[in-house]
Amino acid sequence: MKGNEAIAEAAINAGCLYYFGYPITPQTEISEYMAKRMPKVGGLCLQAESEISAINMTMGAAASGARAMTSSSSPGISLKSEGISYIAGCDLPCLIVNVQRGGPGLGGIQPSQSDYYQATRGVGHGDLRLIVLAPSSVQEMASLTAEAFDLADTYRMPAMLLADGALGQMMEPVDFSLFEKREVPEKEWAANGHGGKRKKNIVNSLFIDPQELENSVMKRYERYKIVEQKEVKYEEYMTDDADIVLVAFGITARICKSAIAAVRKDGIKAGLLRPITLWPFPKKEIGALADRAKAFLTVEMNMGQMVDDVRLAVNGKKPVDLYTRTGGMIPSVDEVEEKIRAMAASL
Amino acid sequence: MTTTMIFAGSGGQGIQFSGKQTAKTAMHQGKNVTFLPSYGPEMRGGTSNCTVVISDGEIGSPSVSSPDIAVVMNLPSFDKFEPKVKAGGLLVCDSTMIDKKTARTDIDVLSVPASALANDNGLSGFANVILLGAIIKKTGLFTLDEFLGLLIGGIPEAKAALREKNEKALKLGYEF
Repeated sequence: MKGNEAIAEAAINAGCLYYFGYPITPQTEISEYMAKRMPKVGGLCLQAESEISAINMTMGAAASGARAMTSSSSPGISLKSEGISYIAGCDLPCLIVNVQRGGPGLGGIQPSQSDYYQATRGVGHGDLRLIVLAPSSVQEMASLTAEAFDLADTYRMPAMLLADGALGQMMEPVDFSLFEKREVPEKEWAANGHGGKRKKNIVNSLFIDPQELENSVMKRYERYKIVEQKEVKYEEYMTDDADIVLVAFGITARICKSAIAAVRKDGIKAGLLRPITLWPFPKKEIGALADRAKAFLTVEMNMGQMVDDVRLAVNGKKPVDLYTRTGGMIPSVDEVEEKIRAMAASL
Repeated sequence: MTTTMIFAGSGGQGIQFSGKQTAKTAMHQGKNVTFLPSYGPEMRGGTSNCTVVISDGEIGSPSVSSPDIAVVMNLPSFDKFEPKVKAGGLLVCDSTMIDKKTARTDIDVLSVPASALANDNGLSGFANVILLGAIIKKTGLFTLDEFLGLLIGGIPEAKAALREKNEKALKLGYEF
């Protein structure tokens, strides 16, 4: 199954009944799949007139307490950013999928990871965070979609699945049962009218009184703190004895694994830490590796964005090097291998 | 054991179909597989390629710079991928479309006039399936029966002619 289709099917399995989208390469298969499947499960797939409408429709559906999602690719996510900020300000859970392509501007249609800053720093105005999950296989496109809905509901905040065009387009076997469902809290805040039997809930992000706004932001940040303590996810690959620790996410992490396997044959001790949650970032884990390893190498499909978080986590204890391709270019295993060998030679 | 393959040709020659069918058959063998297509303008003509990785273990990179097997169905694809085949690897050509020969001596070449065979046998549009038949025979990656079963298994009964043509093309390539 295609990565994009796996997202759509996993979302439906997770009880998502509302999908609002607007087509853009390389993620249009999500819309296509939803259009076919949603009516059959009693849900709604709606192609909005623009990305901005789609995100606002998602906000409305989420406010009613339903599981809702939208998806797009890089330029489209920029258009959605206003709505995402409102959703965060309203404390609404929903899923936003970004199947990244090259940027800035309309950029290109080939895979990229250049929206890392956007997803983890500046996806909208104001003090806000998104839970950002970075799948690295079609299997994870499915299981992390399901997990994202549960996390969003648990912490009453939007979650983003940050994939890329390669993961969206590639096919791999996928098992939809490989996922542990969580118990999520009742949505007592939902603005669904309660059949006129209870006091109506109001969902709002406007606080004219600064003290009131500060209080609401502080309260939200207490929840963010719990997410940072409890929800960090990562994978370690051959890091036990590694002198050189690579840090990479998504499709790039797989290329790194192949490169590591190749250099290991020549006795170069390399390993990989793959952040699965980009926010919260596995900073403690990278910090701990900085005490054992000799050097770090961040590999990304952008000009170096996650490397900032790696450097913060390493905190000057060890050198952090960078290898990047951008604009839709995928680093080859050979290129990464060569970079590791050059680093090993100068250790 | 890992086998990496690149299929390449013109949009409309069934390049993506060949790759998908190969990946699907390997998946049914219980192997780990990845299928990475080229996407975008290729769907509307122009050059098209896809990468298939088949492995007993975990698959790292789904993109491959030097494949074990390259299947090329037009000249631009030959020019692009012939130099990239791994030493000791296999280059498969539709020789109707490609009049060049490789100068490399460190790779194996399987040359099949697939497009001509297709036209001569009323199988226009099935050159890709003919090549698949030849590849199965040459590499032993799959048995004819398991590949054929999945190839025609997905075609509805109502399209009996399509089933027949696929079967005929695959066998034609296998027996070439």
